[in-house]
Amino acid sequence: MDSALIPEGVNRCSFGKFAIGIIIVGGVLLWGVYAMLLIWLKGLNQTNMNDYYGFALWIWADLGVIALGGGAFFTGLLRYIIGKDELKNIINYAVLIGFICYSSALLILAIDIGQPLRGWFIFWHANVHSMLTEVAFCLSCYFAVLTIEYIPLILENRQIDKVPFFHNLAHNMHEVMAIFAATGAFLSFFHQGSLGGVAGVLYSRPFAFREGIFIWPWTFFLFTWSAAAYGPCFTLFVTRLTEKISGKKLVKQNVIDLLAKISGWTMGTYLIAKIIDTWYWATVSAPSMGFNLIDFYSNNSFYGIWILVAEIVICGIIPASILLTPKGRSNSTLLFTAVSLACIGVLLNRWVMVLQVMAIPVMTFENWVLYIPSWQEVATTILPVAYGIILIMISFRYLPIFPQERELNP
Amino acid sequence: MKEEGKHKKAKKYGMVINLDACTGCGACMVACMAENNVPFKEDESNKLDSIAWMRVYKLTNGKSYPEADICYLPRPCMHCEGDHGHSPCVSVCPATATDYNHDTGIVSQIYTRCFGCRYCMVACPYHARYFNWWDPVWPEGSTKYLSPNVSPRMRGIVEKCSFCFHRYQLAMDKAYVEGRTVLEENEYQTSCTQACPAGAITFGDLNNPEHKVHQLAKPDNKHGGRPGNPNVFRLLERLGTNPKVYYMSSREWVRRAGDNYLGDEDFAKTHRH
Amino acid sequence: MFPFSFEWIWDLSHMIFMGGLWYSLTILGLGMTYCILKTVIDTMHGKGGHNH
Repeated sequence: MDSALIPEGVNRCSFGKFAIGIIIVGGVLLWGVYAMLLIWLKGLNQTNMNDYYGFALWIWADLGVIALGGGAFFTGLLRYIIGKDELKNIINYAVLIGFICYSSALLILAIDIGQPLRGWFIFWHANVHSMLTEVAFCLSCYFAVLTIEYIPLILENRQIDKVPFFHNLAHNMHEVMAIFAATGAFLSFFHQGSLGGVAGVLYSRPFAFREGIFIWPWTFFLFTWSAAAYGPCFTLFVTRLTEKISGKKLVKQNVIDLLAKISGWTMGTYLIAKIIDTWYWATVSAPSMGFNLIDFYSNNSFYGIWILVAEIVICGIIPASILLTPKGRSNSTLLFTAVSLACIGVLLNRWVMVLQVMAIPVMTFENWVLYIPSWQEVATTILPVAYGIILIMISFRYLPIFPQERELNP
Repeated sequence: MKEEGKHKKAKKYGMVINLDACTGCGACMVACMAENNVPFKEDESNKLDSIAWMRVYKLTNGKSYPEADICYLPRPCMHCEGDHGHSPCVSVCPATATDYNHDTGIVSQIYTRCFGCRYCMVACPYHARYFNWWDPVWPEGSTKYLSPNVSPRMRGIVEKCSFCFHRYQLAMDKAYVEGRTVLEENEYQTSCTQACPAGAITFGDLNNPEHKVHQLAKPDNKHGGRPGNPNVFRLLERLGTNPKVYYMSSREWVRRAGDNYLGDEDFAKTHRH
Repeated sequence: MFPFSFEWIWDLSHMIFMGGLWYSLTILGLGMTYCILKTVIDTMHGKGGHNH
């Protein structure tokens, strides 16, 4: 039915099967849209946030998807600036995943603010000293970069490509893509960092606060570094998942191996920095404010020291070790386990830097406050996931995302 | 001449709250809500999302009879100065919707500018900032009793104690008409100060040695406004928020409750610096 | 965001921050303008279509 739109030489499932898939995921998407409209019409009282939880599930989701979407800027940097040419076989998918992650982040932010119609104030009345301002500016600009990177891919659709103007536009955009990728890397460095800065500058929240250099707390660098390390893991995770669902090998092992290896090294060095940071914070920074490390992990029913172990050891050191060894990378089960654990690890880190910060009492006569999101918050967080799946389904079906697909599936 | 000299010096309005005198009656909370048109819900039982610019906390020393002791601690906005106006909430606001006034030391909230990102609430360790989760709904007829000097807030934005800034403006207007530039101590007082039946709250210019707040707190401006009076302390002094609300108590456990200390830390040494 | 908004101060923070922003926007804007103009010229010269 739609075979004229499908790239030449590749096999795709029947249109009926594809349509059923879209309808099922579309149902989830509509559920999210309903919750989103409820929130926009009735206000944030539809959530379980409160005056102790100014930031909650959504800000975590924002930080999470941006970290996971970090694969786009880092792979782009490696491909266009550093010259790792093999990565051209996965860059399209990294860009698509990044595009989904960043558009989701912007949507969640638009739902999260109390007065959505005043959202433009963050640009117009910008306070240049706020980390959130830096986040908003760089995020929007980088989303523009990702759109610019995604457009040529759309233009390469078999039918669109027949139009000379679009064919030439795609060609010309590819020609100068390195400049866009460099701008994207510059912007990403700052917004990934400033997301870390959002928590790190809170000098009145001993759990979040970190010293730093000039105006940037250490979390600034840790967030950029971790996005560069863990983002490609998410790209690999989604690639592997797509391969499993489509039943096809889409990217050659040497490409996967290269990205996994670079990710492993970045993750390893990040973890060293993270452990030093945690050590210094636990033994110097927090005690200077009157807190012992264990104060942050006791007297409540959820946040125990397990979360620190899970983040740094189970979802940090273990996946990094797998990714750093050639045997680990060549074994597809081990590799998939490693990238899955890594994704959980970075999500845990972002959770801790948002939700645990809110939960810990700072005044001596207050108690821990825990929070469970409302269904509206959950639905609006799942909404971008459903949207992402639909965009991947459509892009995978109609656009030549994987240059090696034909060769690998003759 | 004397007035001119005073005018040049920036004011730093602040409070000293005598915790030994506070009975926890809550008159300050009521007065504040009435004065500032603070909205309320039909069901106010969930204190996690109800607004109280001035909130009275109950502290206990955790001991059993006969050593058991309690203390009530009223908590307005601390109007932190931080390091040269770098208060925790002001520096983080992305839309410049909250401001540190260097002439008065008051931290303002610009309601029409705030777009409700709540970053300031995250930054405030005192939980002095509140979000309008609902539209303000006033019982029928009660709108006639709203203060015309304070604008009610809409849903989706943050609000907090302003040290009754409208009263400062009115007092300054009056002084201007009378050809003065400096206010007398009693010309500008917050509603909670005036409502307290025990006289536990003292309000005034911390920079003015003639004002009672200065005499009680003896702030050391060279060291971030630390109190010189050994019975006076500030909440979370160690974090460097440099608040302008001082608390006074003769009881050591109350003073100790104002900040976090490590188990083996010498409180007296840390407190006195 | 603009020098005419009243929050704007000609200080180092504003110059670095907004300088970075406008620098990035200029690169993106000029880059896209170049691509579109070149595409228009290429297309007018009969490039594109099925044969590259």
